[in-house]
Amino acid sequence: MNELLRNVLFLPEQASTFARKVDSLHYFVIITTMIMSTLVGLTALFFFVRFRRRSETQTTPLLNPPWWLETMFVVVPLAFFLFWFARGYTDYVELKTPPKNSMDVYVQAKQWMWKFSYPEGPNAIGVLRVPANRPVRLMMTSRDVIHSFFVPAFRVKQDVLPGRYTETWFEAIQPGRYQLLCAEYCGTNHSLMLGEVIVLRPDEFDSWLADQRRGRALQQDGAPTADEDVTRQADLVRQGERFAVQYGCVKCHSIDGSPHIGPTWLDLFLRREELEGGQTIIADEAYLTESMMDPRAKIVRGFNPVMPVFKGRLAGPEAAAIVEYIKSLRSEPLEQARSRRPVYEPIRSR
Amino acid sequence: MSPSALDEVGFPEHHYLNAGTTVRSWLLTTDHKRIGVMYLVAVILALFLGGMFALLLRFEHLTPGPTYIDAVTYNRFFTLHGVIMVWFFLIPAIPSVFGNFLLPIMIGAKDVAFPRLNLASVYIYAVGAAFTTWAMIHGGADTGWTFYTPYSTTTSTVVAPILLGIFILGFSTIVTGINFIVTIHTMRGPGLTWMRLPLFVWAIYGTAIIQVLATPVLGLVLLLVGVEHLLGFGLFDPARGGDPILFQHLFWFYSHPAVYIMILPAMGVISETVAAAARKNVFGYRAVAYSSLGIALVGFFTWGHHMFVAGQGVFDAGAFGVLSMFVGIFTSIKVFTWVGTLYRGAIRFTTPFAYICGFLYFLVFGGMTGIAVATVSLDVHWHDTYFVVAHFHFIMVGAALMGFLAALHYWFPKMFGRMYHEGWGLVSATLIILGFNATFIPQFLLGNLGMPRRYYDYPVRFQSLHVASTAGSTLLFFGFVIIFIYLVLALKYGRAAGRNPWGSRGFEWDTSSPPPTHNFEQLPVFTHGPHEYQLAPEVSNAA
Repeated sequence: MNELLRNVLFLPEQASTFARKVDSLHYFVIITTMIMSTLVGLTALFFFVRFRRRSETQTTPLLNPPWWLETMFVVVPLAFFLFWFARGYTDYVELKTPPKNSMDVYVQAKQWMWKFSYPEGPNAIGVLRVPANRPVRLMMTSRDVIHSFFVPAFRVKQDVLPGRYTETWFEAIQPGRYQLLCAEYCGTNHSLMLGEVIVLRPDEFDSWLADQRRGRALQQDGAPTADEDVTRQADLVRQGERFAVQYGCVKCHSIDGSPHIGPTWLDLFLRREELEGGQTIIADEAYLTESMMDPRAKIVRGFNPVMPVFKGRLAGPEAAAIVEYIKSLRSEPLEQARSRRPVYEPIRSR
Repeated sequence: MSPSALDEVGFPEHHYLNAGTTVRSWLLTTDHKRIGVMYLVAVILALFLGGMFALLLRFEHLTPGPTYIDAVTYNRFFTLHGVIMVWFFLIPAIPSVFGNFLLPIMIGAKDVAFPRLNLASVYIYAVGAAFTTWAMIHGGADTGWTFYTPYSTTTSTVVAPILLGIFILGFSTIVTGINFIVTIHTMRGPGLTWMRLPLFVWAIYGTAIIQVLATPVLGLVLLLVGVEHLLGFGLFDPARGGDPILFQHLFWFYSHPAVYIMILPAMGVISETVAAAARKNVFGYRAVAYSSLGIALVGFFTWGHHMFVAGQGVFDAGAFGVLSMFVGIFTSIKVFTWVGTLYRGAIRFTTPFAYICGFLYFLVFGGMTGIAVATVSLDVHWHDTYFVVAHFHFIMVGAALMGFLAALHYWFPKMFGRMYHEGWGLVSATLIILGFNATFIPQFLLGNLGMPRRYYDYPVRFQSLHVASTAGSTLLFFGFVIIFIYLVLALKYGRAAGRNPWGSRGFEWDTSSPPPTHNFEQLPVFTHGPHEYQLAPEVSNAA
């Protein structure tokens, strides 16, 4: 019955404890609505057939509803509505009360990407990995405008506001990949602010976390996904890699440290570079972006100013993806500066 | 008001339309009927423009990813669609057109209380529209009609002139509201007690109260957004020390009651037309009259149900949740009353009756899905998805537009003295009702599936439902084209309607069609209510 109704109503799969609970009320409410509107329509049609106008001078009796009927008009729908409210509000309070044993993840939204930070150390962009059968509490904030964290399969949604934290929680019941969407309009690429929640078996999650602490940066942002829907925005690093090939960046910039026409991208992020003019800069996101848009502004000493201008050719998200790709190219693990409790195992994996 | 009034057929020699034929006689008129006609032209233009944007949006959704416009254009189009439809069509549609035209005639007055103020409201509307059009030509805003901060105060698009346009337009709404309230209080004809007022007048009265009380809040909040956008004061943007939720509270404190500005007059139209179509007294006059006031009052205390996932407190969500359940009750009283009115009536199936049936179905379905999205836990999934879009289009386009079309078809003979082609009327009504369902039922399902609103691009699994919805919208479009053609033709070639083509007991039918400049040959005296079909025609007209 549950499956039948879910499919008839086009509801997504029920991948969290909350989804199961809220859907039963959903079915009840929608079925009552459909029955009521059909009944009203059919009654009107029946009255039309039964009480057609017979003559042009026909008069009709003056009828007013007796008091008990008018009371019924109020009491019957109100009883239904209040029942909906009571059931719905109970569930809502539960959704607003994360269990004490939940695992925390910090969520930062910005135009147009999701960033997840785990207290144990790792960060991830676009992909939130969580264990199954364990409540996860999300502490969310935005860097710019209002966004909204929406995972249809979990039936969970919460606006993400700048300047304050909002929270929500869920407990996934089935390992798998679930789409994350931004539900509050946030500008030009609102509809591309997609992400993915990967629910892992608890043991898989633990080993993933351990890998992250060892700093396997390339594995941070999710393996390729079969589902075309999810990957488009999910994995910026892979996107950046694609754009770097597409726009011909890697024709001049090597990614393995070997010298070439332009500076190598390996370990470029946060490297201190000496410029032609003599001053030094740190190759942070701002510098990398500027170098794509206006390459001649700051030329690293020893290189020729031959790079074409990409301003107007690269869209904002494309430039961001390339920056993320450059950031991922490390000969040794990235320092995880933002974590609350960085616990690193002193292993140099490469 | 002679006893032979009912039988009189033909076109009167002198009426308000030929009282002056120069452009000047229209632009400087203080005749409420001419002002109503000018508003009719304006809102039809707005409906056309807003509808075109809607069609462009629907066609963009035929395929995921870019179909023929880019993301920024899409975002501007849905903003313009919303702004034009809400403020330039739905809010003035019934009160400013039919309210202006009929209210004085229905209460036996020669005009509204402040005729020059009434004319001013047209010009204020025009100035507001001019600002918005100017902004549209210069690119237009991409914020959505809700102008949520801090996006609206940081976007680089042309927000300020659109805000100013709506701000100015608000004064036109307020002026109209004040005018109606004063007119109803002070200018009712002899014998017309409150309990004899036509139910359309009660609905307009409830609407006018909301217009006067809520619209200033809109003006205030738009002004604050403009100040933050232009001068950089930190009111709503946290980066400058403001509070983004504050904006949403202020905005919905206006915009939820504004929903009732749009739907209450349509309810008034249905109360009138259902009685005329069934030739039957309204089943529970007082219940309908008082529920209009009930909606006007309780509608002010439910705004928080737009913000269940916005970050308001759990207790607030509960309070707004319960209050929202109560506002639904007033609507359900009306629905049962209208259906009850048909019982033992003498019903004729005409074009207005087709729209009444459409209205009942859309209002019940749209209204109950409204209660459904006000059910707190369900709203978490549905909020900001196509489910909400479909719900409010069922109310706004479904119910409110059905009300507008019912009014247009019911009162067209009164306004212009001619009948339109009944067969084409029924054809287009069928097209519109079917097309409407085909457009928005798929959108309910899209919302269930998790499709967020205001998405330019969308994942492939949503495509089939989007295509179905677009197909439905073309049906709707053809329905409107047909209406436009036969109404324009009827203006010139329609047969003379005569005083009272429907055999209605409504007071407005006691004067000639079209009415004379001062509405009546002699001022009417009211001896009975507007829906007393138990009386034989001679008795009812022997005033």
